[in-house]
Amino acid sequence: MLRLEPRRAPSEAMIYATPFVAVALTLAAGCVLFALLGRDPIQAMYLIFIKPLTTLSGRAELAVKATPLILIATGLAVGFRAGVWNIGAEGQFTVGALTGGSVALAVYPAGGPWLLPLMALAGVIGGMAWAAIPAFLRTRFNANEILVSLMLSYVAVLLLGVLVHGLLRDPQGFNFPESRLFQSSALLPVLIPGTRAHIGAIFALVAVALTQLFMARHISGYQIKVLGLAPKAARFAGFCERRIIWGCFLLSGGLAGLAGLCEAAGPVGQLVPALPVGYGFTAIIVAFLGRLHPLGILAGGLLIGLTYIGGEAAQIALRLPAAAIAIFQGMLLFFLLASDILVRFRPVWRPRPRPTASSGPEPMPATTLAP
Amino acid sequence: MKFTWGRRLAAAVMVMAAGAVITGAFAQAKKTKVAFVYVGPIGDHGWSYQHHQGLLQVQKELGDKVETTHIENVSEGPDAERVVDQLVQAGHEIIFTTSFGFMNPTLKVAERNPKIKFEHVSGFKRADNMATSNIRYYEGRYVAGIMAGKLSKSNTIGYIASFPIPEVVMGINAAYLGAKSVNPNVKFKVIWVSSWFDPGKEADAAKALADQGADVLFQHTDSPAPMKFAEERGILAVGQASNMAAFGPNAQITALVNNWGPYYVSRVKAAMDGTWKTGDVWGGLNSGMLNIAAYGKKVPADVAALADAARDKIAKGEFHPFTGPLKKQDGSEFLKAGEKIADKDLSGMNFYVEGIDGALPK
Repeated sequence: MLRLEPRRAPSEAMIYATPFVAVALTLAAGCVLFALLGRDPIQAMYLIFIKPLTTLSGRAELAVKATPLILIATGLAVGFRAGVWNIGAEGQFTVGALTGGSVALAVYPAGGPWLLPLMALAGVIGGMAWAAIPAFLRTRFNANEILVSLMLSYVAVLLLGVLVHGLLRDPQGFNFPESRLFQSSALLPVLIPGTRAHIGAIFALVAVALTQLFMARHISGYQIKVLGLAPKAARFAGFCERRIIWGCFLLSGGLAGLAGLCEAAGPVGQLVPALPVGYGFTAIIVAFLGRLHPLGILAGGLLIGLTYIGGEAAQIALRLPAAAIAIFQGMLLFFLLASDILVRFRPVWRPRPRPTASSGPEPMPATTLAP
Repeated sequence: MKFTWGRRLAAAVMVMAAGAVITGAFAQAKKTKVAFVYVGPIGDHGWSYQHHQGLLQVQKELGDKVETTHIENVSEGPDAERVVDQLVQAGHEIIFTTSFGFMNPTLKVAERNPKIKFEHVSGFKRADNMATSNIRYYEGRYVAGIMAGKLSKSNTIGYIASFPIPEVVMGINAAYLGAKSVNPNVKFKVIWVSSWFDPGKEADAAKALADQGADVLFQHTDSPAPMKFAEERGILAVGQASNMAAFGPNAQITALVNNWGPYYVSRVKAAMDGTWKTGDVWGGLNSGMLNIAAYGKKVPADVAALADAARDKIAKGEFHPFTGPLKKQDGSEFLKAGEKIADKDLSGMNFYVEGIDGALPK
């Protein structure tokens, strides 16, 4: 039977090559998929990967789509490298949008240059507060942060639903579950006139740069890497695990909260129940696609963002069903995980399994993924 | 390794780009480009499916004078505006956005593109180049309510509702008033699932209602899950948006079938010959935008006759489901004897009528 055996030393080059391999395999499999659906695969690939980049509005929309992904993934990756699994960025994103947006609604219709910084602060604090719950439960009761943070995402989405159905509902909106449109001073400044590209893109770039600097130069960045690679060594060296866990959660929660606020005050301009569209979960893919490196995440976020925007273009031009695009995007994650496993394990054919053998892949391959 | 893959990728991309330029050059002919945005998958067999039927009718009747496209499963959040924008960029001249949550995104794009025509379904904001339309579902719900009131043995009718917006609230009220008109003992139980399309939640709600004694189910959600559940449980149900008889051959007593085709065709034609104007259409049984599906196997002739009579009276304008005397749930009067409700009060309805238990979610 076919078994997976761990390789003694995964090839360093292959670890960095897998995202490219995964993208190439996705392209190939995607071509087959679209051809089977009776569409011209080359045109489909052109529409998905090239067409959006040929226009100014396409590039601006890419910035809009990639901004939350990059902001969130940058924060998550820091935690992932420490072995702190914040899976609940979706919830922190939602709460950030809620707290930040509520500031605008609370002072409506007042406004001024002071409003946006206040909203951003509220958004960051909201995201941090939501992330503090799993951090507290993990450090105090050793509760599994994967489950707690994940489940809290659903709580956050329901909380947003309750509030836009009630307290924050537009008084002139015929009971429709939406807040009123934010006053103009509560909207993020647009970077390129005539498009939706907003200042959040700058936040994302700054976050990437600062995180890169922090991980490479700061002692805490070093401690985070050690904790992830060798938890026992980290404890032996006297690193405070509690502080690192708290730090990772507050950082990733704060960035997710900021991303949420940027969505609410950016492209949407109000609070709506459909505000969370899965950025918090997609960002996990982005983080791994980018090998948990801030610069890799920048590239990964742009690539994933491109498949979303290009996927819409392909639906419009080729009348592809939405499900085909979703399958195409799903294949990227599948091929990434598959090639990651093959980098760390090698398939071996054994006629008879040994009764004591147990060398299945671990569910979370992060520690060896991190360079 | 990395570089070979990178190079191959680059080569592949170049080939693709070249191919697309070539294929694109041959697809030039002057057709009116029409686009539709759906909130759900076409396969919801309900709301979005019915809009897609409208698209197909446009395609069929206007043939090669139009080029249609659609994009499904568009969330009502930050993506909606980009999708509508992309449709504009792709050269579409008239764009239908078919869910309430697309209202503000559509309006934003409409303001930026005054020459493009927009048709939004179920909203209340309009512009010179953005018209709205909706269907008077409540008329059909009143008729189905009469049937449910007659057919319920437990006198308990279950109602799976989505969001407490006026359209849904008036639907519950209309169904209740219909049932009450033939069965004074009837009780309504309402479950809010906070979604337009969530087969799992809808089926759970259907089960909870049946467990509480409901033997006829209404739904104001878009999946056939409640109908399938009713079929399995051996109770009755009213289909929503589409004819759902295939999912409940025994269970479906009737269905409210949205028929967007004629309206969509007329609007596209108007856009083509330059007579398109903004406006607000709210069509009911008389307009053909709302149809009542053929009655199910378990509907006896006397109930069918009652339903037919009510349907015809409403269609001819002889009867309005919201005719006084009517009181709100709290006992206060809102329609005097003989008074018909005004459309503006109906389109902002945010209260239950007297007799319905429970509170609207706030």
